[in-house]
Amino acid sequence: CFFFISFEETPMLVAVLTYVGYGVLTLFGYLRDFMRQWKIEKCQNATERAEQKDFVPLYQDFENFYNRNLYTRIRDSWNRPICSVPGAKVDMMERVSHDYNWTFTYTGRVIKDIINMGSYNYLGFAQKAGTCQEAAAEVLSQYGAGVCSTRQEMGNLDKHEELEELVARFLGVESAMAYGMGFATNSMNIPALVGKGCLILSDELNHASLVLGARLSGATIRIFKHNNMQSLEKLLKDAIVHGQPRTRRPWKKILILVEGIYSMEGSIVRLPEVIALKKKYKSYLYLDEAHSIGALGPSGRGVVEYFGLSPEDVDVMMGTFTKSFGAAGGYIGGKKELIDYLRTYSHSAVYATSLSPPVVEQVITSMKCIMGEDGTTVGKARVQQLAENTRYFRRRLKEMGFIIYGNEDSPVVPLMLYMPGSNFTTTCHVLKIGLFVFSFYLYVKCIYVLKRS
Amino acid sequence: MDIKSLKNYLYWLYCQFELITCSYLMEPWEKLLFYTFNITMLVMVLYTAYIFVPVHISTAFQFFLHLLGNQHENTVSLVK
Repeated sequence: CFFFISFEETPMLVAVLTYVGYGVLTLFGYLRDFMRQWKIEKCQNATERAEQKDFVPLYQDFENFYNRNLYTRIRDSWNRPICSVPGAKVDMMERVSHDYNWTFTYTGRVIKDIINMGSYNYLGFAQKAGTCQEAAAEVLSQYGAGVCSTRQEMGNLDKHEELEELVARFLGVESAMAYGMGFATNSMNIPALVGKGCLILSDELNHASLVLGARLSGATIRIFKHNNMQSLEKLLKDAIVHGQPRTRRPWKKILILVEGIYSMEGSIVRLPEVIALKKKYKSYLYLDEAHSIGALGPSGRGVVEYFGLSPEDVDVMMGTFTKSFGAAGGYIGGKKELIDYLRTYSHSAVYATSLSPPVVEQVITSMKCIMGEDGTTVGKARVQQLAENTRYFRRRLKEMGFIIYGNEDSPVVPLMLYMPGSNFTTTCHVLKIGLFVFSFYLYVKCIYVLKRS
Repeated sequence: MDIKSLKNYLYWLYCQFELITCSYLMEPWEKLLFYTFNITMLVMVLYTAYIFVPVHISTAFQFFLHLLGNQHENTVSLVK
């Protein structure tokens, strides 16, 4: 059953106790702010200077209050520096704080061999030895590391052409183009595709790069509820029937922005239904496969293959090389006219430096490995191992009683902890038993990595 | 063995209390303040209960007895 997505309701007791915890900390926050105001306690966070006190206050909103009083107490669970390649196991630099997380000092000790559950290293291609690394090292000695030019001037290497042809073959599209940064791929190319007089229908929980690209483009943005096809259909109907707000003219273009796997919820988009709606209302689909390329589908071709659909149905297939391929950068794939247009009009092609050659070679080698073109079955084995690991991990966590969000097959596993105190103790204790966890505000997000023994 | 598992259980309960009220995250003086406040409140509630609850219960009991039990007293005196 593909569409089993669970967003379990929080148990009432847990919700109440979480509020109790936050209430207690808020009261203590007010007490500490009072003491800081009256100079009983030294103020260690940023404040305005005495001369600026009469201007608009900068640090009095709730976000700063939360930062000073709640986030700082548990701050040492995040942003921990690592000092080795983020593979299956990682080394971390130990740091202590003597003044309750306002400042940190390194003890000099390195904690070795922590199981890494926080990197986006889905297929384990971020490694320091192996075919990818050797190929990248050879290209580094041949081409160097810097390109020192934009794509349209002198930064177009033959490696880039080779990469783009390979990406197009991998995805099953006519043509593809690669960019230096995954975030910039979204934020710089959506303005080139849509403009004023167009409509963007964006999912509620889209990534910041999609939101930024949509806002920069100047088009009208309407939001539909997360993965909710009735909401999307209603918006499409309203758009076609009523047209633009004042003039009632038809929209020039309607673009639907969705992601393959949403990184904070672990849910997979309902792609067949979105494509059916797109065809019915004659709009365009922009699919951001940052987390799903390489991680979903029997041969790792992404969410389109997972549902058994044809890549020609998706107008713009975007993805990143950061997650499954162990490199950096992003790509856009689609029809040849679209990519030729983007080669000329994308901001990233005109102003941004192109991909560095060793990184390009890392992508080429890992992609060939996944496709099986290097002659081994290592790639296919990794993709299948990831799927097995995902299902096993989710099943065991559910059996232990944790609340897990998202689709059964998505390798992004959000584990809900709710209470701020348990957030902190979990990260401390799992570090003691050798697990490195990346937590983000209210969630602990464990992303499963291939365990290579 | 029973005492050991009981002690473990009590320690686990104390840890749960610390996590829920986030006193695990507080600095020592804040913890002292928080516990002092809580224990003071608890002691005051218990003391109030100790003084007033027997009086309230016996008054309520007499009230209900008066409502329902008057007939019984009459019959008793008749039999006598």
